[in-house]
Amino acid sequence: MSDENPAVTQATLVKKAAPKSDYKPADVSPQRRVQRSFAVRLWSIRHSRLLEWFYARFADTFLLLHPLWKGIGYGRVEAPIKFVEKRVKGFMFDCRMCGQCILSSTGMSCPMNCPKQLRNGPCGGVRANGNCEVEPDMPCVWVKAWEGSQNMVNSDRILTVQKPVDQSLRETSAWLRVTAQAAAAREAAAAAKTGASA
Amino acid sequence: MIGRQLDENPAGIHLPLDPLPGHTSRGRLERVLRRGEFAVTTELNPPDSADPEDVYNRAKIFDGWVDAINAVDASGANCHMSSVGICALLTRMGYAPIMQIACRDKNRIAIQGDVLGGAAMGVANMLCLTGDGVQAGDQPGAKPVFDLDSMSLLETCRIMRDNGKFLSGRKLTTPPQLFLGAAVNPFAPPFDFRPIHLGKKIAAGAQFVQTQYCFDVPMFKTFMQKARDLGHTEKVFILCGVGPLASAKTAKWIRSNVPGIHIPDAIIKRLEGAQDQKKEGKQLCTDIINEVKEIPGVSGIHVMAYRQEEYVAEIVDESGVLKGRQPWKREIRRDDQMVADRLDHILHDEITETQVDMVKTAH
Repeated sequence: MSDENPAVTQATLVKKAAPKSDYKPADVSPQRRVQRSFAVRLWSIRHSRLLEWFYARFADTFLLLHPLWKGIGYGRVEAPIKFVEKRVKGFMFDCRMCGQCILSSTGMSCPMNCPKQLRNGPCGGVRANGNCEVEPDMPCVWVKAWEGSQNMVNSDRILTVQKPVDQSLRETSAWLRVTAQAAAAREAAAAAKTGASA
Repeated sequence: MIGRQLDENPAGIHLPLDPLPGHTSRGRLERVLRRGEFAVTTELNPPDSADPEDVYNRAKIFDGWVDAINAVDASGANCHMSSVGICALLTRMGYAPIMQIACRDKNRIAIQGDVLGGAAMGVANMLCLTGDGVQAGDQPGAKPVFDLDSMSLLETCRIMRDNGKFLSGRKLTTPPQLFLGAAVNPFAPPFDFRPIHLGKKIAAGAQFVQTQYCFDVPMFKTFMQKARDLGHTEKVFILCGVGPLASAKTAKWIRSNVPGIHIPDAIIKRLEGAQDQKKEGKQLCTDIINEVKEIPGVSGIHVMAYRQEEYVAEIVDESGVLKGRQPWKREIRRDDQMVADRLDHILHDEITETQVDMVKTAH
């Protein structure tokens, strides 16, 4: 059907009208250019339940180390932790370091890999084969997120309406923020308890 | 009360309607839907011009056939007159526009400003969309913004309306009164997530939804069944998107080039087999409307007839969805008409009166 209906979209016309030169960058979106294959990312989504279990332990360990982080100073440990976090999560999930990780709510599929950076669900443009509208060779981040979330224990966390991204938190460690917040919440709870008993 | 239509402010057609209990907006669409009438909405093809007459002329063909008109926000990422501009013109003329807001071009600062501006102009309905990617449009080199997504945009509008606050928490002196809409596409994967996704949109603030083009009625029925089971149809008005296909060739082109529109082979076969494909496309649209209007939980239709806008009236008429009801129509009020009839001659009579003559006639 494509032979009798050549794909002439507005974008094609614009591309055709562009000046010709020898230098032609890869014909993909800029975001796709900084990316490797999707194999590891897809593995992580397939093993979302394992990673969910692992992260729960990992977060507990981090929280146990709260006195250590506090002793050294959260500001000082930020740089080395971020260095590790960026590389580990970058390898596992193609992490974009938005600084407010919601992987546990999105079936271990990083929503920042969506070209529209949707954090609340798929757009209406998902192709019939489950691939992205913008990057036809990439599986839709949210189709995968739905699959991943169905394997997880807390599969209903995908129903949470996420707040818009706080751009001022980009390139900061989500691990440390979560730990600091959990520690603060724990202390507040403890304070309330002693206050109530006193 | 001379010549007043239902859902019209007696002080002027461009003014908001009286607030009603249980209504969040002062617009016509919410009234129609809450009265339990089958609503019809359509889309205005945005002009590539700075002439307001282009907008008025394009809106005129829908007169008396639709309850609200969508003002699209650079649909398909192609540059057109802005939805805010179209809404400003339409509200002046008394129409009920649905202002589409896409997240592609504006960040949260601009969007919240537009919500206030739109509401101040009398826009009662806002449709929160994600927007197509810039790669689809005529300027693929543009920066895709996507600061909010459709869900957080809905929530932002709801917070502004219900809490009277910006996202930042700063207070609004007068919050906007809005009827909030969203889009759903039951025809794209992941299919089992779509009804749940609708629930998420309702939680974020959606009061009505318009669906993507429906060409596969069984698929839509499955979606509606799930939506009913989840109890969504009691919380949200669902308007099914329909539209005529100009020919089998267009249908194939849309299928392979416009992501998110699902056209089954049977539809294309039916169009190919027809003598007059354009007529058949219109008939097909009417048939689909007749099928979807019977599905429980469908509160209306959204007719998208891009570049075939003149068919909207015929399609609505032939499908009989209005059941004899006439939506608000822009017309001269009867008292204005009477004045015009009686005094129109002054414009045409060529009487040159001198002061001397006037004194003579006065005596």
